Amino acid sequence: MSTTESKLMLALNAGETPRRPHALHAIAAFVWRSWRGTLKMLHYLAIDVLIFPVIFLLIFTYLFGGAISGGTGAYLQYLLPGMLVYTVTSMTVYIGIGIKNDIDRGVFNRFRTLPFWQPAAIIGTMLIQLLTYTSALITTILLGMALGFRPEAGIIGVLSGLIFVVLYAFCLSWLFAFIGVIAKKVESITSMTYIVLYPLLFTSNVFVDTSTMPDWLGPIIAWNPISLASTAARGLMHGSASFGDLASALAVMAVFALVFAPLTFRAYRRKGSQ
Amino acid sequence: MERIRYAIEARGIQKSFGGTEVLKGIDLQVERGTVYALLGPNGAGKTTLVHILSTLLRPDGGEARVFGLDVVQSSDAVRRHIGLTGQFAAVDESLSGRENLMLFSRLLGYRKRDAAARAEEWLDVFGLSDAAGKQAGTYSGGMRRRLDIAAAMLVKPELLFLDEPTTGLDPRSRNEVWDIVRLLTERGTTVLLTTQYLEEADRLSDRIAVIHEGVVIAEGTPAELKASVGSGTVRVQLARKEQRGDAAMAMRQVLGAAARQDADPAVLTAPALDPKLAARLLLELSQAGIEVEQFSLGQPSLDEVFLSLTGQKNEVLFESKEVQSS
Ligand SMILES: Nc1ncnc2c1ncn2[C@@H]1O[C@H](COP(=O)(O)OP(=O)(O)OP(=O)(O)O)[C@@H](O)[C@H]1O
Ligand SMILES: [Mg+2]
Repeated sequence: MSTTESKLMLALNAGETPRRPHALHAIAAFVWRSWRGTLKMLHYLAIDVLIFPVIFLLIFTYLFGGAISGGTGAYLQYLLPGMLVYTVTSMTVYIGIGIKNDIDRGVFNRFRTLPFWQPAAIIGTMLIQLLTYTSALITTILLGMALGFRPEAGIIGVLSGLIFVVLYAFCLSWLFAFIGVIAKKVESITSMTYIVLYPLLFTSNVFVDTSTMPDWLGPIIAWNPISLASTAARGLMHGSASFGDLASALAVMAVFALVFAPLTFRAYRRKGSQ
Repeated sequence: MERIRYAIEARGIQKSFGGTEVLKGIDLQVERGTVYALLGPNGAGKTTLVHILSTLLRPDGGEARVFGLDVVQSSDAVRRHIGLTGQFAAVDESLSGRENLMLFSRLLGYRKRDAAARAEEWLDVFGLSDAAGKQAGTYSGGMRRRLDIAAAMLVKPELLFLDEPTTGLDPRSRNEVWDIVRLLTERGTTVLLTTQYLEEADRLSDRIAVIHEGVVIAEGTPAELKASVGSGTVRVQLARKEQRGDAAMAMRQVLGAAARQDADPAVLTAPALDPKLAARLLLELSQAGIEVEQFSLGQPSLDEVFLSLTGQKNEVLFESKEVQSS
């Protein structure tokens, strides 16, 4: 009892109460938190980062490659950059699920009583996710190269393509962050993913050249963010990117970030305090 | 700041969830440096009130001040003075105990090294040093609760909210929590706790507000509250349950109050205003040849406090003719 008492005194008198943390420090704290959390779930991570990309790339290259463009080698040249976009697109859902899980767990209440810049919780988590995306992308690229993928723009092409796709993932993440904050249940995030993502994916030019699709789909295909990103990634990796391709992809990405990031922050702050 | 007398002043707090009125105009005044208990059954609105006072929820009506600061307008300023331990532990279960406290310290503004030092100090205070490296998700209820209070203490709050701090804890862990609360109040921390147990409110608090269906139905010191209900409860366990009719009659005569049925048919309880009456009852029972297995004089249970305060009809037993025939 008395030792507890003296320990308590010690703890109560130790250190001055600090000032409100700078937003960047708060983000750093959440990066640290996600990093520790990720380390404890390495086995799940391995599935997302190693196994899925490998399976998908193999399926599309060998099962569909022949049927779609008559030969796997040429098809891989076309497919791989789009495959990168596809890989991160399906992974951005996790950010929504992660945020929703935090909100549902008690720890959210603790965060909300601490005086830091609240959006740091989302940004920090997202930054660590980008690391996961990057790992999955590198897996896909390495396997692709082993299968015969040859980026015409060389190492610069690969790097610029990689950076571009990560940036794309970051921008798209805000859509799912927003869905994660407003969703009533975790399951509704997953089902929303199917509703939003799969139609977009299959009306995109990731797997096939869209010129064979019906005309009325034209505008949808043209402004489909997945198509725009794939075209830009392809252009960067093969050194054939036009200014227009890049500009329209970046514009759509910027719209995602600029619209959904503020919406996410607003919804997050309001969450629970209606 | 130091001049303000009340840690909490709330007036007419109202809150509805989807058309259901959960808080119907709560007034509350908690003096600085005291322990104040909100006592109420499930669904009374205790957690809702705590969330409003700790800036997590906005009230629909009324106003609340914490150390003179409005909880809605100045929520950020209020947060610098309060620590909250919710009904469900607010810790990250995937992190270890140490990592949890480090994270919260950093979010308070401590630099990495200071955060680590704060974490160790508080782990030590709450006897968690040995388990510091284990994932919080694997902690027992008592350990998790202690970690949660430690997290709330990192702010060195002047006002600490404890929402049902001992529900689900074994007696030893409960005593530990009680000791911590006492120590904190000795150091001048104001504590607002919620509980379903009269005993807890009685042991720890300077004042109690009894909440029922979103209304404060009684307020006062523990002594005042109990006096309003009767000083205690006599519980009689009979050797033979066939004798309960006679026993109930004796209780009514001696105590002047109707005996109430328990889940156990051999047990009768009745309020006793005076311990002397209980002694007389015991005598009376033995003279009437009623065998008593157990006889105790205890505090009124929360049930009894409620029944008495809400003026609900006590479930009166053995008052009708039926009694004689049984
Ligand atoms: N977010 C919410 N949405 C809808 N109803 C709610 C919400 N929070 C609480 N309620 C309702 O408000 C009432 C009071 O709940 P509250 O949690 O404040 O009670 P309590 O006194 O803390 O109960 P307990 O002892 O069970 O913790 C309950 O009927 C509950 O169902
Ligand atoms: Mg509650």
